[in-house]
Amino acid sequence: MSGSERERPRPRTRLRGLLTMLVLWRLGALRRLRRAPRGAPEDPSERHVGAAAWAESLVLALLAAAGLAGLGFVALFILEPDTQLLGLSLGLALALAGAALALAGRRLVPQETRVEHRPRYGDDAEVAAVRSQAKAGLAGITRRRLLAGTAGLAGAGLTAAVAIPLAALGPGLEEQLRVTPWHSGRRLVDDQGTPILAADVNEGSFLTAFPEGADHEQLGSPVVLVRVASSALRLPAARATWAPEGILAYSKICTHAACAISLYRSPLSPSTESRGPALVCPCHYSTFDVRDGGSVEFGPAGRPLPQLPLRIDASGALTAAGPMSGPVGPAWWGDSQ
Amino acid sequence: MSDPVAFFDERLGAARGIRFVLSYVFPDHWSFLLGEIALYSFVTLIATGTFLALFFEPSLGHVVYHGGYVALQGEAVSSAYASTLRMSSNVSGGLLMRQTHHWAALVFVAAITLHLLRIVFTGAFRKPRDVNYFIGVTLLALAILEGFAGYSLPDDLLSGMGLAIAWAVAMSIPLIGGPFATALWGGRFPGTTSFESRLYIAHVFVIPMILAALITVHLAIIMIQRHSQFPGVGRREDNVVGTPLWPGYALRSLGLFAAVAAVLVLMGGLIQINPVWLWGPYHTYVGTNGAQPDWYLGWLIGALRLMPNLEIHVFGHTLVPNPFFGGVLFPSLVFALLYALPWLDRRWISRDHARHDLLERPRENPRRSGLAAAVFAAVAVVFAAGSADRLFFQFGFGYEGAVWFFRGAFLVVPVIVYVLVKRVCLALLASEAHPLRGWSGSILTRNARGGFDT
Amino acid sequence: MRRALLALAAFVCAGLALIAFSAGGGPQASGAGAPARAPAPATPAGVAASAGEQAAASVALARGRALFVSSCSACHGMGAGGISGRGPSLHGVGELAADFYLRTGRMPLPSPRAQPMRTRPAFAAAQIADLVAYVGSFGGPAIPTVQPAAGSLQRGHSLFALDCAGCHTIAAQGGIVTGAVVPSLQTASAREIAEAIRVGPYVMPRFGAGELSAGDVNSIARYVQSTDSPQDSGGWGIGRIGPIPEGMVAWLLAVAALLAIARLLGERTGDTPPPPPRGGQGTT
Repeated sequence: MSGSERERPRPRTRLRGLLTMLVLWRLGALRRLRRAPRGAPEDPSERHVGAAAWAESLVLALLAAAGLAGLGFVALFILEPDTQLLGLSLGLALALAGAALALAGRRLVPQETRVEHRPRYGDDAEVAAVRSQAKAGLAGITRRRLLAGTAGLAGAGLTAAVAIPLAALGPGLEEQLRVTPWHSGRRLVDDQGTPILAADVNEGSFLTAFPEGADHEQLGSPVVLVRVASSALRLPAARATWAPEGILAYSKICTHAACAISLYRSPLSPSTESRGPALVCPCHYSTFDVRDGGSVEFGPAGRPLPQLPLRIDASGALTAAGPMSGPVGPAWWGDSQ
Repeated sequence: MSDPVAFFDERLGAARGIRFVLSYVFPDHWSFLLGEIALYSFVTLIATGTFLALFFEPSLGHVVYHGGYVALQGEAVSSAYASTLRMSSNVSGGLLMRQTHHWAALVFVAAITLHLLRIVFTGAFRKPRDVNYFIGVTLLALAILEGFAGYSLPDDLLSGMGLAIAWAVAMSIPLIGGPFATALWGGRFPGTTSFESRLYIAHVFVIPMILAALITVHLAIIMIQRHSQFPGVGRREDNVVGTPLWPGYALRSLGLFAAVAAVLVLMGGLIQINPVWLWGPYHTYVGTNGAQPDWYLGWLIGALRLMPNLEIHVFGHTLVPNPFFGGVLFPSLVFALLYALPWLDRRWISRDHARHDLLERPRENPRRSGLAAAVFAAVAVVFAAGSADRLFFQFGFGYEGAVWFFRGAFLVVPVIVYVLVKRVCLALLASEAHPLRGWSGSILTRNARGGFDT
Repeated sequence: MRRALLALAAFVCAGLALIAFSAGGGPQASGAGAPARAPAPATPAGVAASAGEQAAASVALARGRALFVSSCSACHGMGAGGISGRGPSLHGVGELAADFYLRTGRMPLPSPRAQPMRTRPAFAAAQIADLVAYVGSFGGPAIPTVQPAAGSLQRGHSLFALDCAGCHTIAAQGGIVTGAVVPSLQTASAREIAEAIRVGPYVMPRFGAGELSAGDVNSIARYVQSTDSPQDSGGWGIGRIGPIPEGMVAWLLAVAALLAIARLLGERTGDTPPPPPRGGQGTT
């Protein structure tokens, strides 16, 4: 505390307060123009004591209102717990209490500016003393290096022992990242478990299908079915038989970040729409061309959608003709395509 | 215990400490309250979160929904989702608490971000505050993580889609991605049913405990070092000029606490946030258009969307999957820059190794202000790109074009911002105008008699 | 100080206006400009109606054909057979497609490459009926009947999540697909919803009876209609598209309010002169 305290009563009326403020503000503006002289250390300490009567009354009123609003919240909670009314009453109670506290802080209690010394840290003598004290604790020990090494070993062993239970978190088997329920002969069913007939898949439409009897939530399960005109297909030669009647099946899980590919852009009028049919991911808008094996047309996905080879069985139902063409979902370090 | 001070002083010698705290001096400046807003949001989060935890069931086990929301009647949903709906519709005050909690989370991270900006642009990260600055940056990272964990808990459509992306991002980490993500989720996404309890314990215990501990240390260091202050009358490096805690500052700060809580509760009661009943439950095979994370992860979805479809493959094996660049590399770089700032400033920007307890106004260090503004502008561009699809929807601005526009802006905007901010700083320094205090001139008008009025 | 507060208040108001716009706006607004080639009705509606009572179906067809020639043939060809690069053939699209496109104002298009957007219909109801009859005369599906009340809300929700939410968002608020805007569905009637499902307008997939039965369509229509007045028990719905408006409200309302409060509380500028800027001449 380096400042002197100047106690002076505050003006009692609002008008005088305002006038004083105005004068002080003008004075400040003048001083700003002149720029106070440098050199002589100024002491900004000051202390004003004296609460305005109106402020005391207002704080009292605000506190009482806050209490009433709080009781209102209690009453509403018991009688009519409507979210909006509850929020209004509790928010009002808090706002009134906040206003009372702020006003009390600014107008009731003494207004004080104090100067406090700021401690400086960084004492060289103390640092040296700590060093020598630490060294003194090791006096008389001969095999210090060996001891330090062994202590390190103990630390490492204990750390490993503490950390190893984390290994129980997951099987860590990357194999299961590749597994899908799809294999040759597995029928495609809709979300209700009904087999999907080839005749049900119309050009311009899309359907979500699952492997019959498998867990729908498994990432390898859901596929999207679309049909395009056979003439429009541009599949690689090795996949020539994968799309009977132009019906294609692609994994529904985006190869970028595992969202469900749930948009199918299917131009009604190819003559006016230059872009072809494509599957689009709703998260980052990776866009996959369905005609040429799911290649990336736009967006951040780094690889095409895996395709499921199809065939139509004797009853006209769609059936998998083999496993997925690649790993389903996002990539990871070292996976094989 | 007629006199509590005597009681504790006789047993703990507490009077000295209490006197120290009561006469502790806070310098007055409105921007010093940003951290307090974050602190009081955190207190609100703890209070409302405790209430929510009494009703939430962290399980992915399936139940059949029979609640108040008709469109989901009879649907098989997870216990987590069903209990979130129940606390939103059947528990008195439950929805108010849940919405207040969510708004508080958004405001918490926003206040930390503004606080960080204040620290960066006034040089408050310099020695001796660098140590506290590192804690603050860590708090920001943890707050984002904590927020995402909370967003992911209800197992609604948006949280499930967010988790799928988080899993893909975890998978994309070079070398350890696959095993790391598999261990965390207990298998391939959506993971084991116990993944929900892992997320839950992280959200309600592990991360909040670390947050609370770090906040305590953060405040204790401020007490030890005393708060920094702007230059002013009688304000020097070796003193603190301001309001003592008792009574003025304590009352004002408590008033701020009540105001923060009031704003959050009013928002929680009046403005709907995350209506999970409308989103419906998550399934791996459904998605909704333009799914978004809460705002504080907007810069990551922006980075994921802006990244060209680069993926590094070697001999048919993936080395670096695409989500790594936007989801891991970009935020790591930003946080690395933040952590390195004190060192960068000492070494390259200000070339000043001295200890500073007086703050600089942004204009007083045009180079630093320009560079910091450029970095934040780059992040802001990526953040804006995260909602480019909605821009398209609202204003008919083509999405693919918008992506290219933002890619260009990411490179160009920081340069413009650097030049502009530096010049504005120099101009302000020369004119001593005050940008926030308004314009101090007067308007000259011609009156009817041909004279001039001001 | 006061100016700063006023500026803040103005900023908040502007932000709120933006939110209100993003919540309520949508692509409909961009399609509001009336199509350039919308013809003025040739006859007053009353005359048309009285004439319609006496005329045979062939008269309606003739009127439809005349309208078609004057308003549609530039793109779809004189005999509705399509013109390559301008407009597709309408043979076989039936009354279904004609009714949908004309009654939602999506046709006629301002230019052949524009995306059809919902706007005010360019023709009077009687004219639309004539045109629909004319296009229907080339064969194709009829206008479907839809009874939302017969559908199941829960099934509608599941089907909508599976087949529609990817583009329209789960709350049917509209969205985007690469290359096109996806409309919100709050203004669509049940009949229009059923027609759109079967037609697959512009780049939307179309669903046949094999993919979605008539009962499924009823359920979807019922769910979509329920999104017109959703259960907003949380208060103001701010668009029901999730985190983007929520983040805007958090920043422009909550954070802005708290900044104003911090400014009021943080400095004792109310009873002392404002601290002068340079070098520290403030008397606090």
